[in-house]
Amino acid sequence: MTALNWLGQFVEVLVALALAPLFLGWVNQCRAWLQNRSAPSLLQPYRGIHKLFHKDAVVASNASSLFRIAPYVVFGSMAAAAAMIPSLGTRLPFTSAADAIALVGLFAAARLFLSLAAMDVGTAFGTLGARREMMVGFLAEPALLMVIFVASLMTSTTALPLISERLMLQPLAIHASLLFTAVAFAMVMLAENARIPVDNPATHLELTMIHEAMLLEYSARHLALMEWAAALKLFNYACIGLALFVPWGLATGAEPLALGQAVIVLAIKLSVVGAGLALIETLSAKLRVFRAPEFLATAFLLAVLGQLTYLLQVAR
Amino acid sequence: MSAPPLDLQIINALAALLLLLSFAMLSQRRIVSLVNLLALQGLMLTAATVLLAWRTGETHLYLSALLTFALKVVFLPWMLHRLIRRLEVYWDTEPLINIPGTMLIGVLIVVFAFGLAQPIAELASTATRSALGIAVAVILLAFLMMITRTKAMSQVIGFLSMENGLFFGAMSATHGMPMIVELGIALDILVAMLVLGVFFFQIREQFDSLDLHHLETLKEGD
Amino acid sequence: MPGLLDSPLSFSLLLLLAWLAIGLAGLVRPRSLEFAGRQLFIGGALVGLLLAITAVFSIAGPAESMVLPFGLPDLPMHVRRDALSSVFLFLLGSASVGISLFAAGYFRSGEGTLPGVLCLQYHLFLASMGFVLLADDAYAFMVAWETMALSSYFLVTTQHRIPEIRRAGFLYLLIAHVGALGILLAFGVLQGGSWQFTFDAMRAATLPPEWASAAFLLALFGFGAKAGLVPLHVWLPEAHPAAPSPVSALMSGVMLKTALYGVLRVTFDLIGEPVWWWGMVALGIGLFTAIYGVIFAAVQSDMKRLLAYSSIENIGIAFTGVGLSIVFFGVGMNALAALALVAVLYHALNHAFMKSLLFLGTGAVLHATGERNLGHLGGLIHRMPWVAWLTLVGVLAIAGLPPLNGFVSEWLLLQAFLYAHEVPKPFVNMLLPLGAALLVLAAALAGYVMVKFFGIIFLGQPREQALRDAHDAGWLERLGLLWLAGGCVALGLLPAQMVPMLAAVVDALGVNASGIRALRDSWWMLTSMPGRGVSYAPLAFLLAVAAAMLATVLIGRIFYRRRTRFADPWDCGYARTDARMQDTAEGFGQPIRHLFQPFFAMERELPTPFDAAPRYRVVVTDRLWRLLYLPIERIVQRIAAAVSGLQQGRIATYLLYSFVTLIVLLALVL
Repeated sequence: MTALNWLGQFVEVLVALALAPLFLGWVNQCRAWLQNRSAPSLLQPYRGIHKLFHKDAVVASNASSLFRIAPYVVFGSMAAAAAMIPSLGTRLPFTSAADAIALVGLFAAARLFLSLAAMDVGTAFGTLGARREMMVGFLAEPALLMVIFVASLMTSTTALPLISERLMLQPLAIHASLLFTAVAFAMVMLAENARIPVDNPATHLELTMIHEAMLLEYSARHLALMEWAAALKLFNYACIGLALFVPWGLATGAEPLALGQAVIVLAIKLSVVGAGLALIETLSAKLRVFRAPEFLATAFLLAVLGQLTYLLQVAR
Repeated sequence: MSAPPLDLQIINALAALLLLLSFAMLSQRRIVSLVNLLALQGLMLTAATVLLAWRTGETHLYLSALLTFALKVVFLPWMLHRLIRRLEVYWDTEPLINIPGTMLIGVLIVVFAFGLAQPIAELASTATRSALGIAVAVILLAFLMMITRTKAMSQVIGFLSMENGLFFGAMSATHGMPMIVELGIALDILVAMLVLGVFFFQIREQFDSLDLHHLETLKEGD
Repeated sequence: MPGLLDSPLSFSLLLLLAWLAIGLAGLVRPRSLEFAGRQLFIGGALVGLLLAITAVFSIAGPAESMVLPFGLPDLPMHVRRDALSSVFLFLLGSASVGISLFAAGYFRSGEGTLPGVLCLQYHLFLASMGFVLLADDAYAFMVAWETMALSSYFLVTTQHRIPEIRRAGFLYLLIAHVGALGILLAFGVLQGGSWQFTFDAMRAATLPPEWASAAFLLALFGFGAKAGLVPLHVWLPEAHPAAPSPVSALMSGVMLKTALYGVLRVTFDLIGEPVWWWGMVALGIGLFTAIYGVIFAAVQSDMKRLLAYSSIENIGIAFTGVGLSIVFFGVGMNALAALALVAVLYHALNHAFMKSLLFLGTGAVLHATGERNLGHLGGLIHRMPWVAWLTLVGVLAIAGLPPLNGFVSEWLLLQAFLYAHEVPKPFVNMLLPLGAALLVLAAALAGYVMVKFFGIIFLGQPREQALRDAHDAGWLERLGLLWLAGGCVALGLLPAQMVPMLAAVVDALGVNASGIRALRDSWWMLTSMPGRGVSYAPLAFLLAVAAAMLATVLIGRIFYRRRTRFADPWDCGYARTDARMQDTAEGFGQPIRHLFQPFFAMERELPTPFDAAPRYRVVVTDRLWRLLYLPIERIVQRIAAAVSGLQQGRIATYLLYSFVTLIVLLALVL
């Protein structure tokens, strides 16, 4: 049984690693369709990563070893997070290693390393990106915490697998609070993953970029890892959102059949999420950097409103 | 734990959306959008009234829903849009307190209102548990909006939103005021709007702007 | 003396005496740096180690007290060691090991005070802090408290020839004494009419609620002045940069915690029955302090001032936890009160390690470069790899990142906050969760501050030519840093070992911790309250991340095998990049200045586009200084001016004053 559990865990991580670039490709494809462009292949992110791995790395001569370690740390954190998020099953061994708060901490660790690496070469863009990334980060974290608070109000736990299980058991009902919180989470997700209203993943326009500015000095396998990690981060966030708001279809054991089913359900849910993401990104315009705080303050506010209405309407 | 009946869930959700719309108004700089948000708030109110009428079987609530719809979703927004076009005020100036700050104050106001309403909510039947708190919050938030804005237009919108909150509170707490009172209030609002409309033109005539800063010069003694 | 070693209390006292003896030994050869500045400090570190070991083994033991055979007639000194004293003694001992080792390699000759005198002051400071933790009557406590204040004052003014340092020392002394006054008054209230100033009498006294509240508020004021709660924080950012780095480390890492100890002692032990709204006061002040501290930390350009403000933030977090625990305790939610208190104690321990580590790191940088200003540093990771990598541990820890220690205490505190909505008080149950959001904001901002701190000092290109000759720290300094960094890692990876120990302390304080006994699920995993199924396993974190890293490295090596070339930085194709194009400290703080403008009083000097030699200057100062301190100063000046009218310069007048006083007193008394 335990061996089976560990196998399930392994499968979960592998699925995450494999699906993450595909998910990104899907979002890009949807975006292209919505914008009347001919879409890149669904497999384009894989090709990009593969190509980058095949190149010789060029590292700035004044970079320290921190710069070269950082891609591995960032990628490792994201892969570890993928193991801890219940994307397929709620009873896999690693899911009890971290609750939602610890996951937020893990993401923060990855962000910090990324920012430090960006400052390491000492270029103007690197420090600019690091500064902005940290700014978005410290604004997003309180909002994310309030989202987790609402979920834990409803289920009295912060462990993601338990939240999912307990929500699945609850009778289906319209919760305005959950709706608010879901919107708040979506906003945080957009901000944290350098998506459109806050940052533009496709830009290399100097004055507006955040995430890309930090990756400027990276090349070859380091860049591949960073980009893969970014795809994984988006995937992870989507899976957290699914676990919090639409948990139905998760496996509660590690039987191969249940896990297989969960993979299919996950794929369906993710394709919907990806299309939604593309729609939001197409409909909104990139904000000025200093409007980002307003955006995230709104997310925070929504989560707080969700919590307050829950306390007023449901809790005794 | 079993879920409450569906119509109640929807009423509760509508109440929460009412509150959300109040916040959206608080954060909105464009006056045109403000009017649209107001109309949306009216729509939520209408829907909630219809549902409540259906639930309680009180027919006069249907009538008041119709009145709400005609007045707050159709007529007033139409008139406000017309005023905006004729007066050419599309944007409010930067509010007195910046927007995240206003929203944080708004959250504290909601906490205050909910805290006041919580003991009542715990006593009340499930039908209108949260309504009173939300109504108080909507009223106070509209007040806050009126305080922080400088354009006369947004203040009128705040005033109307305040009336929405009042109406919602009355409706959910006592299943609507007597018809005659409701009609009276509706008439009041209509007249107030017409008078204010005239006022706007007068203010602009006088100062070439609708910015209420200018009224400060009217005080005596200078 | 056979009986002496049996009791942890007497052994601890002996160790404190050993510190005093080491200090006095410094006077034997005061000018010898080798003896007084090095060997004796290593001895001091050993004593610290023994103290930490004694404390750790005595935490679970029963409380014991003693009456010392000296003191004033009829006022013998009482000492007592219980679990709370032990945990803070452990903090003092273990942090001082690293700091003393570092100090042994740090002090140079020709810097202000003689090495021997410095050695005396330093060890007197250590011993007095230890004695504060053991004192069991108000008299002994105040003596130790004042000794602590004075010895640290002299340490702050080590380089007393510099006027700013003298000014910083004066400010510190002033606020320390205002605070001491508050503590004294609190003890005065606490004796409750019995006029017995032993802590035992205070425990036994039952105070009417309004007097108990007065005692709590006085204690919060008095200890808050020492801890650096806003608005009594102004001395911290002045005194910490002025002091030599090991002293800053001691003050920030350990001395601030004695104030925390004082508040816990008074609230939970001496008063015993805290009322819930005290908690709201402490929590409000704590949160405000945390946010205030971290925002100001983000805009500093002096590295030690930055750390001082970060200490203010951490003290704020600790007091938030104390407040939360009082609220829970006051409404009878015992298990959660215990959880919050465990988080506070954990945070105190964590902060002692990580902040000492960071201050010592700045000390090493200061010695290597002679620069405290972030604007003149950069790229030191190449020249000082030891210091840089060990400091990085502290940076990651204080930014609250798993799997290091800062995260553990934050996690525990947030878990306690998650149940705050169950507090059966209207308003409070809705406000407290917002407090958690502010706490997270402070923690996330701490990450911002730490990226600035580390990135600007150690990463990037050196901003000055002189930095290219910077040298790494010596072996003693490295050893000190290693000890503290090791502490950060150990506290981070083994919370399941620490938490039950701290739960015992909380139990001994009268907050029933049996609810969180089960916090320890297995030796590697920490779980929160029973029934919530929440767990955190730092070792699994480390393993998972490490395994993923290893796997990627291997895959890269096996399947792709590509080489690495070195070239100039690309930087979007700009051909000429130099060190001046990086963010300065001011630049990195700009978003904070922009977002939190109302907090700052800012003076800015912007160049016009036509300046031949453009100059940009920005000075950010504390608004409270102008709003609070200057008016108080004016009032004091005015009173002083009025009183100075009494000064006539004629002996006859002065005699008249004495005469009148005497007459009045006689009339009143008889």
